[in-house]
Amino acid sequence: MTDRLGTTPSQTVGPFLSIGLTWADGPYVVPEETGGAVRIGGRVLDGAGAPVPDALVETWQADPDGRFDHPDDPRGALRPAIAGFRGFGRSATDELGRWWVLTVKPGALPGPDGAGEAPHLDVSVLARGLMHRVVTRIYFPDETAANAADPVLCAVPEDRRHTLVASEADDGLRFDIRLQGDHETVFFTV
Amino acid sequence: MTFVLPRYADDTAGQPSLDHPDYRSTALRHPTQPLVVLPQRLTEVTGPLLGEERVGELDHDLTRQHAGDPLGQRIVVHGRVLDGDGRPVPATLVEIWQANAAGRYRHVVDETRAPIDPNFTGAGRVMTDAEGNYRFVTVKPGAYPWKNHPNAWRPAHIHLSLFGRAFTQRLVTQMYFPDDPLFGQDPIFNAVRDPAARQRMISRYDHDRTEPGWALAYAFDIVLRGRDATPLDDDDD
Repeated sequence: MTDRLGTTPSQTVGPFLSIGLTWADGPYVVPEETGGAVRIGGRVLDGAGAPVPDALVETWQADPDGRFDHPDDPRGALRPAIAGFRGFGRSATDELGRWWVLTVKPGALPGPDGAGEAPHLDVSVLARGLMHRVVTRIYFPDETAANAADPVLCAVPEDRRHTLVASEADDGLRFDIRLQGDHETVFFTV
Repeated sequence: MTFVLPRYADDTAGQPSLDHPDYRSTALRHPTQPLVVLPQRLTEVTGPLLGEERVGELDHDLTRQHAGDPLGQRIVVHGRVLDGDGRPVPATLVEIWQANAAGRYRHVVDETRAPIDPNFTGAGRVMTDAEGNYRFVTVKPGAYPWKNHPNAWRPAHIHLSLFGRAFTQRLVTQMYFPDDPLFGQDPIFNAVRDPAARQRMISRYDHDRTEPGWALAYAFDIVLRGRDATPLDDDDD
């Protein structure tokens, strides 16, 4: 057994994260011209309901076939069928706290215990005032049956599950992230 | 279908609390509802493996990104990215950003009275090599005042962002410099309660890597979450 090294502690990204962490192509999980692409976006809000203009939202997800181009996917790393699919999105919030990514809906996932998962995105939120990232998930509003059987959603108190499901909007899907207060988004420890 | 996934060890004991009143910006931004345990499943044990295409030729050298040399003490920051088991993390993206030598960020929100340096942006990125090594050339950032408490000053620091190999390993931290007299009054540094864990955020002056007539060197190893032992590993013991 190797001796364990202590993990380097997390520190806040502070107010100037955009200097180092914004990419021109950050929000594009898939290229702009991708067929069937969906825009997911919303606002990051603090405990007073005020927009958080200095946050960074990052997303990570499977491809539409429910696969990851990654060696730790036990089914084997698989190049996604969609050209330019990155799986990862990154969006700094603007002065109104708005963020967005352009992506495609991921496929459902098998589980190590046999229980499958509904399509979802894993989300990290980083900001001044957050000493480490907070983690949440985005589920899809047109997956009622799969969401009802999802083992992660089912472990969340029923009256708070709605905070993890995006809603239909004119320009795609809307997902607001409420860091604190009424309808606080469910955050996970991972 | 059943399968076995890697499992990343819990490291919360050495991590800061989201609710940290001494750092005022946490007040309205920390969740007050209990965090829900997210089991580590496929989405959590995988992550973006971003490649070299994200890194430009001069991204590792923050002193060569403009027409002239930036002002300040030129330094080399280098080290290894490891996981909690001591294994190197190869080919992972390291992003940094920092204030200039006067303690000023090149950002519209920075209202300190210190000057902008036209020859310094303060952003860099590199990939670790096959042994997990990384290296930047930059200038030592200045300390700077902020409004958190009376006469508040941030110790000199460089922000670092790392992906590792899995969503679970994502880390954003700050690297500090040895023996900074400002540590005692800094609520961000002290939000890490465990004194031993705080030491893991402080770089070490490295005379062996200091380059004669040119740049001081600081060594900073970064440790991402390691994996719990698997039954297979136990068989090896």
